[in-house]
Amino acid sequence: MRTTVVFYSLAVLFALCAPFLGIYPVFMMKLLCFAMFACAYNLLLGFSGMLSFGHAAFFGSAAYATAWLVTAHGWGTVPAILAGVLAAAVLGLVIGALAIRRHGIYFAMITLGLAQLVYFVCLEAPFTGGENGLQGVPRGSLFAIVPLKSDITMYYLVLVVFLAVFVFIRRVIHSPFGQILKAIRDNEPRAISLGYEINRYKLVAFVLSATLAGLAGSLKALVLGFVTLSDVLQENSGEVILMTLVGGTGTFIGPAVGAAIIVTLQEYLSDIVGGWVTVIIGAVFVICVLVFRRGIVGELAALRGHRWREPQDVAGVGR
Amino acid sequence: MTEILGVPVAVILGQLMLGLVNGSFYALLSLGLAVIFGLMGVVNFAHGAFYALGAFAALLGLQWLGINYWAALVLAPLAVGVVGVVCERLLLRRLRGLDPLYGLLLTFGLALVIEGCLQERFGASGQTYPVPAALEGAFNLGFMILPVYRGWVIVVSIAVCFSTWFIIERTRLGATLRAATENAPLLQAFGVNVPLIVALTYGGGVALAALAGVLSAPIILVSAHMGSSLVIVVFAVVVIGGMGSILGSIVSGLMLGVVEGFTKVLYPEASNVVIFVVMALVLILRPAGLFGKE
Repeated sequence: MRTTVVFYSLAVLFALCAPFLGIYPVFMMKLLCFAMFACAYNLLLGFSGMLSFGHAAFFGSAAYATAWLVTAHGWGTVPAILAGVLAAAVLGLVIGALAIRRHGIYFAMITLGLAQLVYFVCLEAPFTGGENGLQGVPRGSLFAIVPLKSDITMYYLVLVVFLAVFVFIRRVIHSPFGQILKAIRDNEPRAISLGYEINRYKLVAFVLSATLAGLAGSLKALVLGFVTLSDVLQENSGEVILMTLVGGTGTFIGPAVGAAIIVTLQEYLSDIVGGWVTVIIGAVFVICVLVFRRGIVGELAALRGHRWREPQDVAGVGR
Repeated sequence: MTEILGVPVAVILGQLMLGLVNGSFYALLSLGLAVIFGLMGVVNFAHGAFYALGAFAALLGLQWLGINYWAALVLAPLAVGVVGVVCERLLLRRLRGLDPLYGLLLTFGLALVIEGCLQERFGASGQTYPVPAALEGAFNLGFMILPVYRGWVIVVSIAVCFSTWFIIERTRLGATLRAATENAPLLQAFGVNVPLIVALTYGGGVALAALAGVLSAPIILVSAHMGSSLVIVVFAVVVIGGMGSILGSIVSGLMLGVVEGFTKVLYPEASNVVIFVVMALVLILRPAGLFGKE
């Protein structure tokens, strides 16, 4: 317990000081947005046992909605973010309601297919800028008081939101609701026999995960100032799975660690090896699945003697 | 000229014919997926990558070794099948007994590796493969001009699909395969080499994908990502058809190609998404899929 507290304190301290340690704030913000995305994703995969292959749809559509409202309609930053998050939540409700009708691999394929549908809508809709995406998204200001143009101010905003999301997810998982989610993940028939309406719980978990993924997307749109089709592409869905897997599914901090590793890897490797970075990402995927299913944080926890569920149970909802 | 919903019948029939060509590819690909899934419980995300690999095998065979189309039709699927067997032995085998989702994730990574390598080696822009001389020209069907090659694609895929169905459902080899699906340990106890069967099945499944790749090479541009969005459509086809059924995957593949062609006439903007919309409808009305037994 004590080491965990020390670790968290050090991590927060590092995050607070990062802009003054010579780390490019925009890079750190991008990293935090993907960490938020991965934590949101983990709420679904790690704690509810559902492998969605379409989370880019929520991330991307929220990013598009926010960027569009800010650029084309001059909305304020906060209302635009909220609208983006709402868009992701509604989309999550629709896709989730369809997908939870099936289990396991079918669930994965359905979310993949519906996310592809969202991708084509983003490609062809008149307001998304097609292949170009939306460029030059202004950051605006926080409640018309604090201007966000400065990278440092924006960085602290993103950091605060990330920490809030992180604490929120922890809270949800430790709540009775979270315990029921885990019960469903571990043994669905038993949860049914105990009288839980599991589909309702799964849907709420799905919508929650989609909503938080949307928040990450909206922030990312404002941080980088652009939204492109790559935000809604299946590669993006794959990457968030990889981040969660590398860090450790079903651990709290794992997905954030995984996101940090993958984003850093992409940032630095793409300068060195160019397009081969996809191949490397793919190879990391294969290696993770073969020999490293617990992820970094999961392995560390196992070394320290914590109980970690066997890999065959992760996401092992009825076949 | 007669019209339906304001569209000339000839145009509709023409699009339906082209839809049938697409449907032939869907059928071949979803058949391979169904065969692999049936025996191994693995959803092969790398199917699109093996499809691209098949097309590249034909293209490079022609450019480097001068192997003609007819030989490539046999050799490319064989070569890709061998790659598939190697992948199964080295990678997928280690996931036996684990949640099938790990198979999905592993093959997703595999797809990234294969497509990434192809793209880095041969570039992002597509290359053309010549239509074989014997299949040039076109039939005049009265309502449309059908290029001979496209007709050939329909005939070959349907023939291959139904022979595969025949082999699996009606021969002794197929009976062994189905027995392995039903109860692998028992079959092994009878002295059948089950791991070999599994490896060959994976090889066979991806060889079907590679065959689809060779068939499509003269029609579309051969590029590293030619299969990456196709595989998602095929997944949707499989969800619609119900994964358990071999015949179901063939029929729903052909059918959805036609549905897509029909949409191209009536509402072209929706032609990319119609299959996913059908998938959503099927999930609402019949969650197990049209031919599913769940």
